[in-house]
Amino acid sequence: MSDQTLTTRTIVGLEIHVQLQTKTKMFCGCPVRFEAPPNSCVCPVCLGHPGALPVMNGQAYRWAVLTGMALNCAIARHTKWDRKSYFYPDLPKNYQISQYDLPLASDGYFEVQVGAGTKRVRIRRAHLEEDAGKNLHDTGNCTLVDLNRAGAPLLEIVTEPDIESAEEAYVFCIELQRLVTHLGVSEGVMQKGQMRFEPNVNVAIESQGREYRTPIVEIKNLNSFRAVRQAIEYEAQRQTAAWRENADYQLGTVPNENRGWNADKGVTEFQRGKEAAHDYRYFPDPDLVPVEVSDVMLEEIRAMLPELPIARRRRFAEQYGLSVKDAETLVEHRATAELFERVVAGGAPAEVVGKQLVNVWLKLANDRGVAVTDLGVDETRMAELAKIAADGTVNKTAANQIAEIMLSRGESPRQLAEELGLVQVQDMDSTRRWVEEAFTANENAVRDALQNPKKMQAAVGFLRGQAMKGSGGKADPKLLGELIEERLARLRTGS
Amino acid sequence: MLGPLAGVPMAVKDNMCTTFGATTCGSRILESFRSRYDAHVIERLESAGAVVIGKTNLDEFAMGSSTENSAYFTTLNPWDTTRVAGGSSGGSCAAVAAKIVPAALGSDTGGSIRQPAAFCGVVGLKPSYGRVSRFGLVAFGSSLDQIGPIATDVRDVALVLSVIAGHDERDSTSVDRPVPDYLARLDRLVKGIRIGISEEYFGEGLDREVREAVQAAIDLMAGEGAEVVPIHLPHMKYGIACYYLVATAEASSNLARFDGVRYGYRTPRPSDILDLYESSRGEGFGPEVKRRIMLGTYALSSGYYDAYYLKALKVRTLIKNDFETAFERVDVIASPVTPTTAFGVGEKSSDPLAMYLSDIYTISANLAGICAISVPCGFDSQGLPIGLQLMGPAFGEEHLLAIAHQYQLRTDWHACVPPLGSAVSRR
Repeated sequence: MSDQTLTTRTIVGLEIHVQLQTKTKMFCGCPVRFEAPPNSCVCPVCLGHPGALPVMNGQAYRWAVLTGMALNCAIARHTKWDRKSYFYPDLPKNYQISQYDLPLASDGYFEVQVGAGTKRVRIRRAHLEEDAGKNLHDTGNCTLVDLNRAGAPLLEIVTEPDIESAEEAYVFCIELQRLVTHLGVSEGVMQKGQMRFEPNVNVAIESQGREYRTPIVEIKNLNSFRAVRQAIEYEAQRQTAAWRENADYQLGTVPNENRGWNADKGVTEFQRGKEAAHDYRYFPDPDLVPVEVSDVMLEEIRAMLPELPIARRRRFAEQYGLSVKDAETLVEHRATAELFERVVAGGAPAEVVGKQLVNVWLKLANDRGVAVTDLGVDETRMAELAKIAADGTVNKTAANQIAEIMLSRGESPRQLAEELGLVQVQDMDSTRRWVEEAFTANENAVRDALQNPKKMQAAVGFLRGQAMKGSGGKADPKLLGELIEERLARLRTGS
Repeated sequence: MLGPLAGVPMAVKDNMCTTFGATTCGSRILESFRSRYDAHVIERLESAGAVVIGKTNLDEFAMGSSTENSAYFTTLNPWDTTRVAGGSSGGSCAAVAAKIVPAALGSDTGGSIRQPAAFCGVVGLKPSYGRVSRFGLVAFGSSLDQIGPIATDVRDVALVLSVIAGHDERDSTSVDRPVPDYLARLDRLVKGIRIGISEEYFGEGLDREVREAVQAAIDLMAGEGAEVVPIHLPHMKYGIACYYLVATAEASSNLARFDGVRYGYRTPRPSDILDLYESSRGEGFGPEVKRRIMLGTYALSSGYYDAYYLKALKVRTLIKNDFETAFERVDVIASPVTPTTAFGVGEKSSDPLAMYLSDIYTISANLAGICAISVPCGFDSQGLPIGLQLMGPAFGEEHLLAIAHQYQLRTDWHACVPPLGSAVSRR
């Protein structure tokens, strides 16, 4: 078959496990703590001791419903718990309490920004279950079992196979992490295994007017966004190559399989075939009562639903006139977005606040490795700084300087500006003098600004910078710009 | 202040977790197991002042009707030591019958309190499902299991029930509704109550002497002014089949945790993890437990689930509906507890089906979740006790106990003492 006639389309559905950050486990009172010494967060219930019984964690259920709502799902009014049976040492009861045929949320969708467009991915279902413990194999000739994680609440989200590339899957996972952290239902920390991804991947190959589909491969337990993208990319190529090599490599002919991602080698590796489907013998857990979701409960949960990142991003851009990029940065963390709106509510112009948060405060926070809300500068003082920048009391450069000083000093930004001599000079004569000085000292730049179209813009910028420097940072950049243009115009006309 | 059971020595069936002694469930697989916690009922008994003096024998994991399935001992019937005590709470019933303790706790999944109580001539109550917390009761059939008291008379049963009944937030299936003062209401008169009689309980297989004793009991109450009302429970005949799907399905899952990994018996030198599972369980469980795990696993397997487990759940609903309909017309339903009196040791141990049929009259109460009590109502010609079963609607213990108590005020079968080691027989 000639390659010219061959087009391929990757088909991906995702299963995502999100660990909810409840204080206690899904069915017992043990804390969920990642760093705790092995088997220190356990009790008869999560150890599967004889006679111990599960009791549902209501907070986990409410957060799961909240997430379902954010994913535009239908919320089931009646659900139940089912036992999924399989023997494994990290599963104390040798069954997992999960939800089988009545998931708490279903038939939703989640929209993500891919490039310039919006991609809608349908959500098939979301359900709650308990996590398993961990088998530790790297301890000589025996396997040790740590059951701290056993019973931790897990929300499993399953998408329809609507994702059409590794990049889309990558963006989807990032956006989902943003969502769950925004909702406050999960820390979403990959390193702690709080989000785990299992893409189901196959390829639709169109060749000579016919479409072929490769068998579906489930890639197990990916725990980074990078791994999601790389594993799907690799798998799509591998499957296409396998089909080229053997035209029988097709869905329905060759069994589906599970593969694992080897990050060191950058390849997926065969784990097990799916020809013999595991019989999990699901049946309703008789130890737990069915869950009935009342109108009141639904309303209470809906009231907890914050504005979601995508919607908030759009609103920030539209309502406050922020650039898309700045809006995205501000919405990255819920706390930052909320801080932004509090500062604006303090009477400062939104555009200036947005710029200062993104370019000044977030940078200062990042440099110090703290959250922007932990810089020690509250919204009132941030608003003051934005105000004196907006009304021309100080220019941008001075505002940046003042911000940094505000971290260690409690005076108002205006006081600091005065004390440091950073109050902007509006005086026409002084400003004209700084411009003259810059022009005199930089003849080459002036020539470029007048005669070299390629360098014109850069040269003007340079002259502005030099004049500002000459002013000791106190010049009003707007006035400065006007006077520079004025001077250049005079030079052009030779007057 | 002294609790209501202050100083009362009691025995509990060895499938309830205790931090003292062992909790074996009559199984090799839990021979070395020690519980880290006390069952809810143990906490309740002890805070009421009771002294739990020991754990009693049972069929392994409460699976059986004779206490011959214990991995340790066979419990014999105090009335005739060539006969079984019944089961699976045979140890608790024999201990009460033999006057070792005045009261004991058993558990009842398909008749495991009432059947041995009838065989041993004592009173045994299976409370309504959800009345007593199952927290700490090693599960057999979770949707059927219920802990209940065993004593020589109804008053003591009522007293113990009032101590152990009530909501426990650690058991989601325990129901949060008030516990009536059972003792205070025992004096309610029989006159005017309606007793339902269903022919399904008097059909083929019922021993003539058992039938006559039960009939005599009903006649006695009718003589006291009770109204006898014929009722029909059309789906009762499916009870055994339904039960052995539901109970075994749940058991197959409940017993999966006994795997030799975390506690209990582990095979000495497993070759790999699969062998660890298979050999630990193969060596740790007895034949009846294995049989039921296999039955239940089969019933839940894909391709069979709808035909067996799901169908059984539907039948269960029909049986429940039968009782609900009946209790619109009657206060209690009277029947025999068992088709025969205590059978001989070894007589049915090679015939599981015959053994299962000895629970034919008790199983439906578990499927329906209602309360039911076994009270002594006579002896057969061999001197073996006969039990009368009275069944009441869910959470109707108060009325049920009163009726049973009124019956006992007019009879003295419960006051008879087995001839163990003395010439004393019936009074």
